[in-house]
Amino acid sequence: MNGDVTHHPESNTGLAGGRVLHSAEDAPTISMIGTRAMLFEAPGAFTMAQQRRIWALIEEAGSRNDVQELIPGVTNLMLVFSAPPENPERITNWLLKAWETLPERHIEGRLFEIGVRYGGALGEDLGRVAEHAGLTPDEVIAIHHANDYTVCAIGSAPGFGYLHGLDPRIATPRKSVPSLNMLAGTVTIGGMQAGISALTGPNGWNSIGFTEISLFDPAREPPALFAIGDRIRFHPESIEL
Amino acid sequence: MITILETSPLNTVQDLGRPGYRNLGVGSSGVMDSLALQVGNILLDNDADAAGIELQTYPFALKFDEPLSFAVTGIDAAIELDGRMLLPWSVATAEAGQVLRIGQPRQGARGYICFSGGVDVPVILGSRSTQLRGGFGGLAGRFLEEGDILRARLGEMLTTGYAALPPSVALRFDAVEEKAGVISLRAIPATDYMLFTDTARERFWSCEWRITPQSNRVGYRLTGEKLELHQPVELRSYGIVPGIIQVPPAGEPIVQMADANTAGGYPRIATVIESDLWRLAQARIGSRIRFQKCSHEQGVAAMQPVEAYLESLRQMVARYSHSINRRQGGGKK
Repeated sequence: MNGDVTHHPESNTGLAGGRVLHSAEDAPTISMIGTRAMLFEAPGAFTMAQQRRIWALIEEAGSRNDVQELIPGVTNLMLVFSAPPENPERITNWLLKAWETLPERHIEGRLFEIGVRYGGALGEDLGRVAEHAGLTPDEVIAIHHANDYTVCAIGSAPGFGYLHGLDPRIATPRKSVPSLNMLAGTVTIGGMQAGISALTGPNGWNSIGFTEISLFDPAREPPALFAIGDRIRFHPESIEL
Repeated sequence: MITILETSPLNTVQDLGRPGYRNLGVGSSGVMDSLALQVGNILLDNDADAAGIELQTYPFALKFDEPLSFAVTGIDAAIELDGRMLLPWSVATAEAGQVLRIGQPRQGARGYICFSGGVDVPVILGSRSTQLRGGFGGLAGRFLEEGDILRARLGEMLTTGYAALPPSVALRFDAVEEKAGVISLRAIPATDYMLFTDTARERFWSCEWRITPQSNRVGYRLTGEKLELHQPVELRSYGIVPGIIQVPPAGEPIVQMADANTAGGYPRIATVIESDLWRLAQARIGSRIRFQKCSHEQGVAAMQPVEAYLESLRQMVARYSHSINRRQGGGKK
């Protein structure tokens, strides 16, 4: 259930009518967001192979002179145009062709080793994650730091990295009522995605721990600590159940 | 120099926004009503990227420490310069020491004080806008406070006495609903539109939505009838632009605005078109709104009256300053 975009082929009526272009199960979904943004969503599961194809698409789309901004997401890419495109279908076709022909883009990222204080008040959703997984909190923690993660995209808040590599056993849906004031540095799970919150504020992801890290500084060059392709290895600094 | 004499939280320095950093998670920020700032800057013959003060709470007062031309746009309110009433959407020039006071708006929600030359704060990541979540941009990345001192960049000294027709008059498009006190917003169905039930889709367009008090520069939470999906979905995080209307599991929509996160994960039912976002920016808490279904072509076409309005204003200002200069027997100083 987690992560899979539901396809609905009955709405394949083209973009200009404000509809969404859906096609076969294994084809991308492309939709307009208002008049000036287009969202490209890769088909299939949240895999690094698909994300590397998104990275390739970022590079290719970045060469278009009608693009003002590219917002990489998790197996998706939003193109924000400098002016509303007259003919969205033309861009749709360009994207589909690029998607079919581009090879995966491998990025040799840096490795960050990050100590986590698991559980306690700053990881208060650990119990919820364990319950959803049918595991003990200890098992959730062990699974969480067993694998390396890859930064797929930066977004949501300044410097926040969406991480791939979460073991599906501990994937947990976002909360229906967000926490109002989750601290920056909270280690989180949102569906099939993992992360470290970049700013203090409302957050719908499940908190399982905390780390002290500054993910963004506008005076730093580059301002974001993480870049796409970087790898993250968590290790427990402490565990409080 | 300008000294802030009276303010409550939520008032910030903003320009047209900070595009180009969403790939680092930095949202656009910028004014909620970009039309009002553009009008102010055109009236003052400023660069398009000049920053102004965005007001969300009133009363607000500032003192001019040196002569400066300015315009207040976005709202209709009691605007007083040393007790003398001024019209919104018009150019005035203050003497050193004069105090500008702005009371509760009679119409609109967000007022803009634009200064000749624009507010001079450092450009951070390409913009002077306040990025509240990131704590940078504008004045130290925060709300304005009493005692704050702002500088205007060197601009023209202008003569007082010309004004713009407010956009709410010039760009009225649905007089029937406006008369009934309902704000019409055109919106284009978005990615997850078909994931909603037939009833939900029908309700979305027919329902009158009320803007709840949980509405701010990040987004407007609306209340009305519940919008249900065929089945629950857990979406992967995707990019967000202002105007996108998401529906969290509780079933009541949120319209993302200028301070929106750059990515989100709730299903998207539609997007308010860019040329109507200023109407939403000026809608107060408690206002009723209705969404009108619109196509891509209609959404693109809706930009034309806005562009034409701004262009005619530019021409009016150019003609006016030309004739002033001729009367004064010189070029621009």
